[in-house]
Amino acid sequence: MSRTVVAVGTRKGCFVLESDADRRAWTMRGPFCEAWPVYHATFDQSEGTIYAAAASEWHGSAVWRSTDLGETWTHSSEGLAYDEGTGKKLSKVSTLSAAHGRVLVGVEAPGIFESRDNGDTWSLVSTLAGQPGSEDWDDPANQPPGHLGISGFASDPDEADRFWAIVQGVGLFETTDGGTSWTPRNRGLRADWPRPHEEVGFCVHKVVRSRADGDRMYQQNHVGMHRSDDCGQTWTEITEGLPTEFGFAAAAHPHDRDTFFVIPLDPGHGRTMPDGQAAVWQTQDGGSSWQRKNEGLPQRDAHLGVLRQGMAADTHDVPGYYFGTSTGQVFASADDGESWSEIASYLPPISSVDVAIID
Amino acid sequence: MADVHLPTTLMPLFTGLPRRLDLDAPTVGEAIGQLNERWPGLRDRLCEPGPAIRMHIHVYVNGERAWLDTPIPERSRVDVIAAISGG
Repeated sequence: MSRTVVAVGTRKGCFVLESDADRRAWTMRGPFCEAWPVYHATFDQSEGTIYAAAASEWHGSAVWRSTDLGETWTHSSEGLAYDEGTGKKLSKVSTLSAAHGRVLVGVEAPGIFESRDNGDTWSLVSTLAGQPGSEDWDDPANQPPGHLGISGFASDPDEADRFWAIVQGVGLFETTDGGTSWTPRNRGLRADWPRPHEEVGFCVHKVVRSRADGDRMYQQNHVGMHRSDDCGQTWTEITEGLPTEFGFAAAAHPHDRDTFFVIPLDPGHGRTMPDGQAAVWQTQDGGSSWQRKNEGLPQRDAHLGVLRQGMAADTHDVPGYYFGTSTGQVFASADDGESWSEIASYLPPISSVDVAIID
Repeated sequence: MADVHLPTTLMPLFTGLPRRLDLDAPTVGEAIGQLNERWPGLRDRLCEPGPAIRMHIHVYVNGERAWLDTPIPERSRVDVIAAISGG
Protein backbone atom coordinates (compact mmCIF):
# COMPACT_ATOMS: atom_id res chain seq x y z
CA MET A 1 0.00 0.00 0.00
CA SER A 2 1.34 3.41 -0.85
CA ARG A 3 2.48 5.86 1.81
CA THR A 4 1.44 9.50 1.80
CA VAL A 5 4.29 11.57 3.21
CA VAL A 6 4.20 15.28 4.05
CA ALA A 7 7.38 17.28 4.63
CA VAL A 8 6.82 20.31 6.85
CA GLY A 9 9.42 23.08 7.01
CA THR A 10 9.30 25.16 10.19
CA ARG A 11 11.25 27.85 11.96
CA LYS A 12 12.73 25.11 14.14
CA GLY A 13 13.55 22.31 11.74
CA CYS A 14 11.80 19.92 9.38
CA PHE A 15 9.07 17.47 10.39
CA VAL A 16 7.72 14.48 8.46
CA LEU A 17 4.09 13.36 8.66
CA GLU A 18 3.09 9.98 7.28
CA SER A 19 -0.11 8.13 6.50
CA ASP A 20 -1.40 5.59 4.02
CA ALA A 21 -3.54 6.17 0.94
CA ASP A 22 -6.63 6.71 3.11
CA ARG A 23 -4.97 9.65 4.87
CA ARG A 24 -7.03 9.28 8.05
CA ALA A 25 -4.38 8.49 10.71
CA TRP A 26 -1.05 10.29 10.74
CA THR A 27 2.23 9.82 12.54
CA MET A 28 4.84 12.52 12.94
CA ARG A 29 8.62 12.49 13.22
CA GLY A 30 11.05 15.34 13.84
CA PRO A 31 12.39 17.90 14.32
CA PHE A 32 15.11 17.23 11.78
CA CYS A 33 17.88 19.38 10.29
CA GLU A 34 19.16 20.11 13.81
CA ALA A 35 16.20 22.47 14.23
CA TRP A 36 17.71 24.99 11.83
CA PRO A 37 15.11 27.41 10.44
CA VAL A 38 13.78 25.79 7.26
CA TYR A 39 12.51 28.10 4.56
CA HIS A 40 11.34 25.39 2.19
CA ALA A 41 11.31 21.60 2.33
CA THR A 42 10.32 19.76 -0.82
CA PHE A 43 10.39 16.33 -2.44
CA ASP A 44 12.09 15.11 -5.53
CA GLN A 45 8.91 13.36 -6.59
CA SER A 46 10.76 10.88 -8.81
CA GLU A 47 12.70 9.27 -5.98
CA GLY A 48 11.16 10.52 -2.73
CA THR A 49 14.24 12.41 -1.59
CA ILE A 50 13.51 15.33 0.74
CA TYR A 51 15.49 18.53 0.30
CA ALA A 52 15.31 21.33 2.88
CA ALA A 53 16.64 24.85 2.39
CA ALA A 54 17.71 26.04 5.81
CA ALA A 55 19.70 28.82 7.40
CA SER A 56 21.22 28.67 10.86
CA GLU A 57 21.87 32.01 12.54
CA TRP A 58 25.21 30.58 13.70
CA HIS A 59 26.29 28.22 10.96
CA GLY A 60 24.91 29.82 7.80
CA SER A 61 22.85 28.47 4.93
CA ALA A 62 22.81 24.95 3.56
CA VAL A 63 20.57 22.49 1.78
CA TRP A 64 19.76 19.36 3.76
CA ARG A 65 18.91 16.04 2.12
CA SER A 66 17.24 12.87 3.30
CA THR A 67 16.95 9.82 1.06
CA ASP A 68 15.04 7.76 3.64
CA LEU A 69 12.06 10.01 4.40
CA GLY A 70 13.73 11.80 7.25
CA GLU A 71 15.45 8.95 9.08
CA THR A 72 18.91 10.28 8.25
CA TRP A 73 20.09 13.62 6.88
CA THR A 74 23.16 15.18 5.33
CA HIS A 75 23.79 18.79 4.45
CA SER A 76 26.00 20.77 2.10
CA SER A 77 26.69 24.33 1.05
CA GLU A 78 29.76 23.58 -1.07
CA GLY A 79 29.68 26.12 -3.89
CA LEU A 80 26.60 27.80 -2.47
CA ALA A 81 28.12 31.30 -2.37
CA TYR A 82 28.69 34.22 -4.68
CA ASP A 83 32.25 34.70 -5.89
CA GLU A 84 34.39 37.31 -4.23
CA GLY A 85 34.33 40.54 -6.16
CA THR A 86 30.73 40.27 -7.30
CA GLY A 87 29.63 42.39 -4.38
CA LYS A 88 26.79 39.97 -3.79
CA LYS A 89 26.25 38.18 -0.52
CA LEU A 90 24.12 35.08 -0.12
CA SER A 91 22.07 35.76 3.00
CA LYS A 92 19.62 32.86 2.82
CA VAL A 93 18.46 29.91 0.76
CA SER A 94 14.79 30.60 0.16
CA THR A 95 13.23 28.01 -2.11
CA LEU A 96 13.88 24.71 -3.85
CA SER A 97 12.80 22.69 -6.85
CA ALA A 98 13.94 19.15 -7.61
CA ALA A 99 13.25 17.60 -11.00
CA HIS A 100 15.02 16.03 -13.97
CA GLY A 101 18.05 15.04 -11.87
CA ARG A 102 18.73 18.62 -10.90
CA VAL A 103 18.04 20.53 -7.71
CA LEU A 104 17.51 24.27 -8.01
CA VAL A 105 17.82 26.56 -5.05
CA GLY A 106 16.71 30.19 -5.09
CA VAL A 107 18.64 32.52 -2.82
CA GLU A 108 18.87 36.06 -1.56
CA ALA A 109 20.51 38.25 -2.93
CA PRO A 110 18.51 37.12 -5.96
CA GLY A 111 20.17 34.21 -7.67
CA ILE A 112 19.69 30.58 -8.66
CA PHE A 113 22.14 27.80 -7.88
CA GLU A 114 21.90 24.19 -9.07
CA SER A 115 23.16 20.81 -7.99
CA ARG A 116 23.47 17.90 -10.38
CA ASP A 117 24.86 15.51 -7.78
CA ASN A 118 21.86 15.32 -5.45
CA GLY A 119 22.83 18.30 -3.35
CA ASP A 120 26.49 17.45 -2.68
CA THR A 121 27.86 20.46 -4.57
CA TRP A 122 26.33 23.63 -5.99
CA SER A 123 27.11 26.10 -8.74
CA LEU A 124 25.62 29.41 -9.81
CA VAL A 125 23.16 29.22 -12.71
CA SER A 126 21.97 32.81 -12.98
CA THR A 127 21.35 36.07 -11.19
CA LEU A 128 18.99 37.12 -14.00
CA ALA A 129 21.42 39.95 -14.68
CA GLY A 130 20.35 42.20 -17.51
CA GLN A 131 16.66 41.99 -16.78
CA PRO A 132 15.01 45.41 -16.53
CA GLY A 133 15.97 47.03 -13.25
CA SER A 134 18.13 44.12 -12.12
CA GLU A 135 20.99 46.48 -11.33
CA ASP A 136 18.91 47.81 -8.43
CA TRP A 137 17.65 44.49 -7.02
CA ASP A 138 20.42 44.25 -4.44
CA ASP A 139 19.90 47.78 -3.14
CA PRO A 140 18.57 47.34 0.41
CA ALA A 141 16.27 50.32 -0.16
CA ASN A 142 14.45 48.31 -2.84
CA GLN A 143 14.01 45.14 -0.85
CA PRO A 144 10.82 44.27 1.00
CA PRO A 145 11.00 43.10 4.63
CA GLY A 146 12.20 39.54 4.99
CA HIS A 147 13.52 39.61 1.46
CA LEU A 148 13.72 36.16 -0.08
CA GLY A 149 15.39 37.04 -3.40
CA ILE A 150 14.22 34.17 -5.58
CA SER A 151 11.04 33.17 -3.77
CA GLY A 152 9.66 30.33 -5.88
CA PHE A 153 10.01 28.06 -8.89
CA ALA A 154 7.71 26.22 -11.25
CA SER A 155 9.12 23.34 -13.26
CA ASP A 156 8.14 21.62 -16.48
CA PRO A 157 7.47 17.87 -16.29
CA ASP A 158 8.81 17.24 -19.78
CA GLU A 159 11.42 19.88 -20.57
CA ALA A 160 14.32 19.91 -18.11
CA ASP A 161 15.67 23.24 -19.32
CA ARG A 162 12.37 25.03 -19.02
CA PHE A 163 11.35 26.50 -15.68
CA TRP A 164 10.00 29.64 -14.10
CA ALA A 165 11.45 31.69 -11.26
CA ILE A 166 9.85 34.38 -9.12
CA VAL A 167 11.98 37.34 -8.12
CA GLN A 168 10.27 38.68 -5.01
CA GLY A 169 8.74 42.09 -5.63
CA VAL A 170 9.85 42.06 -9.27
CA GLY A 171 7.91 39.39 -11.12
CA LEU A 172 7.89 36.02 -12.87
CA PHE A 173 10.54 34.97 -15.39
CA GLU A 174 10.77 31.99 -17.73
CA THR A 175 13.83 30.24 -19.10
CA THR A 176 13.84 27.61 -21.82
CA ASP A 177 17.59 27.07 -21.89
CA GLY A 178 18.33 25.99 -18.36
CA GLY A 179 18.76 29.47 -16.96
CA THR A 180 21.04 31.07 -19.54
CA SER A 181 18.41 33.52 -20.80
CA TRP A 182 15.17 34.75 -19.29
CA THR A 183 11.91 36.35 -20.39
CA PRO A 184 9.59 38.32 -18.07
CA ARG A 185 6.14 36.69 -17.88
CA ASN A 186 4.03 39.38 -16.23
CA ARG A 187 1.69 40.64 -18.96
CA GLY A 188 -1.80 41.28 -17.68
CA LEU A 189 -0.83 41.38 -14.02
CA ARG A 190 -2.05 44.24 -11.88
CA ALA A 191 0.22 46.50 -9.87
CA ASP A 192 -1.12 49.30 -7.70
CA TRP A 193 2.16 51.19 -7.59
CA PRO A 194 4.43 53.04 -10.03
CA ARG A 195 6.77 50.85 -12.05
CA PRO A 196 9.83 52.16 -13.87
CA HIS A 197 9.86 49.23 -16.27
CA GLU A 198 6.88 47.95 -18.25
CA GLU A 199 7.67 44.24 -18.00
CA VAL A 200 8.59 44.02 -14.31
CA GLY A 201 7.69 45.49 -10.94
CA PHE A 202 4.98 43.00 -9.94
CA CYS A 203 4.62 41.28 -6.61
CA VAL A 204 4.16 37.63 -7.49
CA HIS A 205 3.63 35.53 -4.38
CA LYS A 206 2.98 32.07 -5.78
CA VAL A 207 2.70 30.40 -9.17
CA VAL A 208 1.17 26.94 -9.53
CA ARG A 209 1.09 25.04 -12.79
CA SER A 210 -1.73 22.60 -13.45
CA ARG A 211 -0.69 18.97 -13.71
CA ALA A 212 -3.75 18.36 -15.86
CA ASP A 213 -3.00 21.03 -18.45
CA GLY A 214 0.50 22.40 -18.87
CA ASP A 215 -0.77 25.63 -20.37
CA ARG A 216 -2.82 26.44 -17.27
CA MET A 217 -1.20 28.40 -14.47
CA TYR A 218 -2.60 30.10 -11.40
CA GLN A 219 -0.98 32.93 -9.55
CA GLN A 220 -1.57 34.46 -6.14
CA ASN A 221 -0.27 38.00 -6.40
CA HIS A 222 0.06 40.69 -3.75
CA VAL A 223 -2.86 42.29 -5.55
CA GLY A 224 -5.21 39.64 -6.86
CA MET A 225 -5.57 36.10 -8.09
CA HIS A 226 -4.68 35.52 -11.72
CA ARG A 227 -4.95 32.74 -14.28
CA SER A 228 -2.96 32.04 -17.41
CA ASP A 229 -4.11 29.81 -20.26
CA ASP A 230 -0.90 30.17 -22.25
CA CYS A 231 1.70 29.02 -19.77
CA GLY A 232 2.34 32.40 -18.23
CA GLN A 233 2.65 34.49 -21.37
CA THR A 234 -0.48 36.47 -20.43
CA TRP A 235 -2.49 36.69 -17.23
CA THR A 236 -6.15 37.42 -16.44
CA GLU A 237 -7.33 38.52 -13.03
CA ILE A 238 -9.83 36.18 -11.31
CA THR A 239 -10.12 37.83 -7.90
CA GLU A 240 -13.87 38.54 -8.04
CA GLY A 241 -15.71 36.39 -5.52
CA LEU A 242 -12.81 36.06 -3.08
CA PRO A 243 -12.95 37.83 0.30
CA THR A 244 -9.58 39.52 -0.21
CA GLU A 245 -7.19 39.95 -3.08
CA PHE A 246 -4.18 39.06 -0.91
CA GLY A 247 -2.70 35.73 0.04
CA PHE A 248 0.34 33.54 -0.38
CA ALA A 249 -0.53 29.85 -0.58
CA ALA A 250 -2.22 28.04 -3.44
CA ALA A 251 -2.68 24.54 -4.83
CA ALA A 252 -4.04 23.09 -8.07
CA HIS A 253 -6.18 20.00 -8.50
CA PRO A 254 -3.91 17.29 -9.92
CA HIS A 255 -6.47 15.96 -12.42
CA ASP A 256 -8.78 18.88 -13.27
CA ARG A 257 -7.38 21.99 -14.90
CA ASP A 258 -10.22 24.22 -13.69
CA THR A 259 -10.12 23.32 -10.00
CA PHE A 260 -7.83 25.33 -7.80
CA PHE A 261 -7.50 26.31 -4.13
CA VAL A 262 -6.30 29.49 -2.49
CA ILE A 263 -6.16 30.84 1.05
CA PRO A 264 -7.07 34.56 1.11
CA LEU A 265 -5.53 36.61 3.92
CA ASP A 266 -6.06 40.09 5.25
CA PRO A 267 -3.72 42.27 3.23
CA GLY A 268 -2.54 44.48 6.12
CA HIS A 269 0.28 43.70 8.46
CA GLY A 270 -1.65 40.88 10.14
CA ARG A 271 -1.83 38.70 7.06
CA THR A 272 -4.13 36.14 8.68
CA MET A 273 -7.41 34.60 7.52
CA PRO A 274 -10.21 37.21 7.57
CA ASP A 275 -12.36 37.62 10.71
CA GLY A 276 -10.49 34.89 12.60
CA GLN A 277 -12.38 32.28 10.60
CA ALA A 278 -10.27 29.70 8.79
CA ALA A 279 -11.22 28.88 5.24
CA VAL A 280 -9.86 27.59 1.98
CA TRP A 281 -11.46 28.90 -1.21
CA GLN A 282 -12.03 26.67 -4.21
CA THR A 283 -12.83 27.35 -7.81
CA GLN A 284 -14.02 24.60 -10.14
CA ASP A 285 -14.40 26.80 -13.20
CA GLY A 286 -11.00 28.37 -13.58
CA GLY A 287 -11.76 31.30 -11.32
CA SER A 288 -15.16 32.40 -12.66
CA SER A 289 -16.66 31.60 -9.26
CA TRP A 290 -15.34 30.68 -5.82
CA GLN A 291 -16.67 28.54 -2.97
CA ARG A 292 -15.68 28.85 0.69
CA LYS A 293 -14.55 25.54 2.23
CA ASN A 294 -14.46 25.54 6.01
CA GLU A 295 -15.83 22.19 7.25
CA GLY A 296 -13.50 21.06 10.00
CA LEU A 297 -11.61 24.33 10.15
CA PRO A 298 -11.81 26.61 13.23
CA GLN A 299 -14.40 29.37 12.80
CA ARG A 300 -13.71 31.46 15.86
CA ASP A 301 -10.58 33.30 17.06
CA ALA A 302 -8.49 31.51 14.45
CA HIS A 303 -5.94 34.06 13.30
CA LEU A 304 -4.03 31.75 11.01
CA GLY A 305 -1.49 32.75 8.41
CA VAL A 306 -0.18 30.54 5.63
CA LEU A 307 2.99 31.39 3.73
CA ARG A 308 3.77 31.03 0.02
CA GLN A 309 5.15 27.48 0.24
CA GLY A 310 2.61 26.49 2.88
CA MET A 311 0.10 24.51 0.78
CA ALA A 312 0.34 21.37 -1.34
CA ALA A 313 -1.82 18.88 -3.24
CA ASP A 314 -1.24 15.15 -3.49
CA THR A 315 -1.97 13.11 -6.61
CA HIS A 316 -4.39 10.46 -5.30
CA ASP A 317 -7.46 9.78 -7.45
CA VAL A 318 -9.46 11.69 -4.85
CA PRO A 319 -6.91 14.39 -4.18
CA GLY A 320 -5.79 15.50 -0.76
CA TYR A 321 -4.67 19.00 0.18
CA TYR A 322 -2.48 20.18 3.02
CA PHE A 323 -1.64 23.54 4.52
CA GLY A 324 0.55 24.60 7.42
CA THR A 325 0.04 27.72 9.48
CA SER A 326 2.14 30.40 11.07
CA THR A 327 0.89 29.09 14.42
CA GLY A 328 2.08 25.54 13.86
CA GLN A 329 -0.94 23.53 12.76
CA VAL A 330 -1.14 21.31 9.69
CA PHE A 331 -4.62 20.88 8.24
CA ALA A 332 -5.43 18.27 5.63
CA SER A 333 -8.32 17.27 3.41
CA ALA A 334 -8.58 13.74 2.02
CA ASP A 335 -11.81 14.39 0.09
CA ASP A 336 -10.84 16.91 -2.56
CA GLY A 337 -11.11 19.89 -0.24
CA GLU A 338 -14.66 19.27 1.04
CA SER A 339 -13.67 18.75 4.69
CA TRP A 340 -10.56 19.33 6.73
CA SER A 341 -8.91 17.98 9.86
CA GLU A 342 -5.93 19.02 11.93
CA ILE A 343 -3.22 16.40 11.46
CA ALA A 344 -0.45 18.12 13.43
CA SER A 345 -0.55 20.71 16.19
CA TYR A 346 1.87 22.77 18.24
CA LEU A 347 4.65 22.78 15.67
CA PRO A 348 6.91 25.81 15.33
CA PRO A 349 5.74 28.42 12.79
CA ILE A 350 5.41 26.65 9.44
CA SER A 351 7.09 27.95 6.32
CA SER A 352 6.41 25.13 3.89
CA VAL A 353 4.38 21.99 3.21
CA ASP A 354 4.98 19.47 0.45
CA VAL A 355 3.59 15.99 -0.15
CA ALA A 356 4.65 12.86 -2.00
CA ILE A 357 3.13 9.45 -2.55
CA ILE A 358 5.72 6.76 -1.95
CA ASP A 359 4.94 3.34 -3.40
CA MET B 1 49.90 21.89 19.83
CA ALA B 2 46.69 23.75 20.70
CA ASP B 3 43.78 22.49 22.75
CA VAL B 4 40.77 23.29 20.54
CA HIS B 5 37.23 23.32 21.93
CA LEU B 6 34.34 23.34 19.46
CA PRO B 7 30.68 24.32 19.91
CA THR B 8 28.27 21.49 20.62
CA THR B 9 26.06 22.66 17.73
CA LEU B 10 28.70 21.36 15.31
CA MET B 11 28.80 17.80 16.66
CA PRO B 12 25.58 16.56 15.01
CA LEU B 13 26.59 18.02 11.66
CA PHE B 14 29.80 16.04 11.14
CA THR B 15 30.20 12.36 11.91
CA GLY B 16 32.89 11.71 14.48
CA LEU B 17 33.65 15.36 15.22
CA PRO B 18 34.75 15.57 18.86
CA ARG B 19 33.94 18.32 21.34
CA ARG B 20 37.66 18.99 21.78
CA LEU B 21 40.83 17.97 19.94
CA ASP B 22 44.52 18.83 19.60
CA LEU B 23 45.67 20.73 16.51
CA ASP B 24 49.03 22.02 15.40
CA ALA B 25 48.27 25.14 13.34
CA PRO B 26 49.96 28.56 13.20
CA THR B 27 46.73 30.58 12.91
CA VAL B 28 43.02 30.27 13.57
CA GLY B 29 42.36 30.20 9.83
CA GLU B 30 44.76 27.32 9.30
CA ALA B 31 43.27 25.44 12.24
CA ILE B 32 39.84 25.72 10.65
CA GLY B 33 41.39 24.62 7.36
CA GLN B 34 42.73 21.47 9.01
CA LEU B 35 39.32 20.75 10.48
CA ASN B 36 37.76 21.24 7.05
CA GLU B 37 40.13 18.68 5.53
CA ARG B 38 39.06 16.06 8.06
CA TRP B 39 35.38 17.05 8.06
CA PRO B 40 34.57 18.54 4.63
CA GLY B 41 32.14 21.42 4.83
CA LEU B 42 33.03 22.40 8.37
CA ARG B 43 34.67 25.65 7.23
CA ASP B 44 31.34 26.81 5.79
CA ARG B 45 29.71 26.37 9.17
CA LEU B 46 32.26 28.63 10.89
CA CYS B 47 33.21 31.07 8.12
CA GLU B 48 31.44 33.12 5.49
CA PRO B 49 32.86 34.19 2.14
CA GLY B 50 35.60 36.73 2.49
CA PRO B 51 36.61 34.64 4.26
CA ALA B 52 35.66 35.80 7.72
CA ILE B 53 34.42 34.15 10.87
CA ARG B 54 30.62 34.15 10.90
CA MET B 55 28.93 36.93 12.83
CA HIS B 56 27.58 34.73 15.60
CA ILE B 57 30.66 32.51 15.89
CA HIS B 58 33.32 33.82 18.26
CA VAL B 59 36.85 32.44 18.53
CA TYR B 60 39.13 32.99 21.50
CA VAL B 61 42.85 32.14 21.76
CA ASN B 62 43.91 31.92 25.39
CA GLY B 63 40.84 33.92 26.34
CA GLU B 64 41.41 36.74 23.86
CA ARG B 65 39.02 37.37 20.94
CA ALA B 66 40.62 36.07 17.75
CA TRP B 67 40.12 36.25 13.99
CA LEU B 68 41.28 34.09 11.10
CA ASP B 69 44.77 35.61 11.03
CA THR B 70 45.28 35.45 14.79
CA PRO B 71 48.39 33.38 15.65
CA ILE B 72 48.05 30.32 17.86
CA PRO B 73 51.10 30.04 20.16
CA GLU B 74 52.31 26.64 21.38
CA ARG B 75 50.15 25.05 24.09
CA SER B 76 47.28 27.49 23.55
CA ARG B 77 43.66 26.92 24.33
CA VAL B 78 41.34 27.80 21.45
CA ASP B 79 37.63 28.17 22.14
CA VAL B 80 35.14 28.30 19.27
CA ILE B 81 31.82 29.58 20.62
CA ALA B 82 28.37 29.75 19.09
CA ALA B 83 27.32 33.11 20.48
CA ILE B 84 24.32 33.22 22.76
CA SER B 85 21.64 34.86 20.66
CA GLY B 86 18.31 34.28 19.03
CA GLY B 87 15.29 32.57 20.55
